[in-house]
Amino acid sequence: MSAIDNAASTAQADPQALRRESPWRRVAADFFSSRTAVFGLVLLAILVLAAIFAPLVTPQNPYDLMQLDVMDARLAPGAASGTGTYSYWLGTDGQGRDIFSGILYGLRISLTVGVGSALIAGIAGTLLGLLAAYAGGRVDSVIMRTVDLLLSFPSILVAMMILAFLGKGVLNVVLTLVILEWAYYARAARGQALVESRREYVEAARGQGISNWRIVVGHILPNCLPPLIVIGSLQVARAITLEATLSFLGLGVPVTEPSLGLLIANGYQFMLSDEYWISFFPGIALLVTVVAINLVGDRLRDVLNPRLQK
Amino acid sequence: MSRWPLRWLARRLAQSLLVVLAMTVIVFAGLHAIGNPVDILIGQDVDQVERARIIARLGLDQPLWRQYLAFLHGALRGDLGNSLVYNVPAIQLILQRLPATLELAVAALLLAVLVGVPLGLFAGLYPEHPLSRVLMTGSIVGFSLPTFWVGLMLIMAFSVRLGWLPSGGRGATAEWLGVPWSWLTADGLRHLILPAINLSLFKVSLVLRLTRAGVREVLPQDWVRFARAKGLSPQRVVLGHVLRNTMIPLVTVLGLEFGSTIAFAVVTENIFAWPGAGKLILDSINALDRPVIVSYLIVVVCLFVTLNLIVDVLYKLLDPRVRLEAAA
Repeated sequence: MSAIDNAASTAQADPQALRRESPWRRVAADFFSSRTAVFGLVLLAILVLAAIFAPLVTPQNPYDLMQLDVMDARLAPGAASGTGTYSYWLGTDGQGRDIFSGILYGLRISLTVGVGSALIAGIAGTLLGLLAAYAGGRVDSVIMRTVDLLLSFPSILVAMMILAFLGKGVLNVVLTLVILEWAYYARAARGQALVESRREYVEAARGQGISNWRIVVGHILPNCLPPLIVIGSLQVARAITLEATLSFLGLGVPVTEPSLGLLIANGYQFMLSDEYWISFFPGIALLVTVVAINLVGDRLRDVLNPRLQK
Repeated sequence: MSRWPLRWLARRLAQSLLVVLAMTVIVFAGLHAIGNPVDILIGQDVDQVERARIIARLGLDQPLWRQYLAFLHGALRGDLGNSLVYNVPAIQLILQRLPATLELAVAALLLAVLVGVPLGLFAGLYPEHPLSRVLMTGSIVGFSLPTFWVGLMLIMAFSVRLGWLPSGGRGATAEWLGVPWSWLTADGLRHLILPAINLSLFKVSLVLRLTRAGVREVLPQDWVRFARAKGLSPQRVVLGHVLRNTMIPLVTVLGLEFGSTIAFAVVTENIFAWPGAGKLILDSINALDRPVIVSYLIVVVCLFVTLNLIVDVLYKLLDPRVRLEAAA
């Protein structure tokens, strides 16, 4: 806190420093002033690192059949492995897979699908939104009517429809999520671009004879980014949940690449025999991931919203 | 007030029809993009002549636009083909299962309102109260909770561990209007509790947040202060003035949410083996029973478009501001 205060006071004393302080630094300072948001960010960082370094952190590679021991199947949390070299902190599933290892490897798939689809959808949606705002006329109405149509149906319905036709697979799931998500970015980018294009700085750029393309990419786009970043962060959480739901229903990722949703589905059959841990812990991991992303996204929304700034 | 409602209604109706039409085109195109239906319908041992005859009989030798018109013609008469699994008209299969889904969705929304509105009212009236903070944080968790996982945990806790409630099925049903319903029998109600809670979880958070936001918006208004200054009791101000004005946006959102509740019932129905349309559609997807998939999509889309239309009309009728704007 004191560092921020110092920065603020020097900024007041020295107008040069004020000019040098970039908007992003102010946003960062604002962001870190919320304890829950920092908590979410730290949590998220731990999860992402754990997923990236899963092979180093986990006691076994859950998809290397050589490392699995069927004798160790359905062990309760804390049980020692048959070889006695390590213990299964969170128990094992029906094939003797360590749940903890399974979660970290599953997290890799969940995060990749969530972040990947949000990124692709973000780029495609933003470009289409800018195009709609800039081209106007028929192009605009075709793009925006498609957006309206997509957004008027619940995501799960559209996803089921697409996957019923495409079949399961990681790429098909990503494609489905992209089809579902781009509309949000397109709508926001178009709205923001229309507002920005009437500002003086755009007028000034036009007066200088800068090409349309450079005005859109170099001047309008950067000013459209804040709301798009907020949407992006919340869409990652939505995508991860939806992917898990679809995988749980058997429409998402294949068994060879199990995400958290599929791990939960695997435990379904053991629920009635009271072996809760197979579904319980992957679900907790999913919940913690989504809550962490939502906490960060919620704070970003407050920090980046110009209407809330003094 | 003389001409606008009819003209507006006509335009809105035309829009709805266009959406349904667009969806049939997408579904039809989707069906054709994935493969030749002939390969599924006709066995390998059929010779070329017989094959050509069947193709001609099914109209598959016609140009695509003509096939589409034939498909549309059948759809208008409620004929979307027979289920490949059950060998009965697909549309009939869907309509048989729909009441169970509607029952579940209505129960979930009812629960969301009964729990969400009082809690949201509290959080809106006393925003600084510790309980309000707990409620708001709780609603973020409610949004983040994966519905299907919560369903499993509910079964784990209340069916397996405690043994209080059944883990699946509809239980005993009683007939009303020629359709079997679970909520009419004690056993059916017991079966309904867990699925309804599961499906309502997300909606409770939504209703809570909406009610709170509405109350926060309405409280500082002049007419609320006036009602207080008039000497009305706090209960009457809250119930008669604050809550009533919070209800308009809430009703709108709930109307729209009804459709998504039906769609998300797919997840809940599959966890609790609730024999509704959602369970049927998933089974059909796994069995590649295309006529049933298409029928489900068309029925749900029609349901959706109708719901949106009703909500729009109600909104116009309920909100004097919208009414006045349109009249001016």
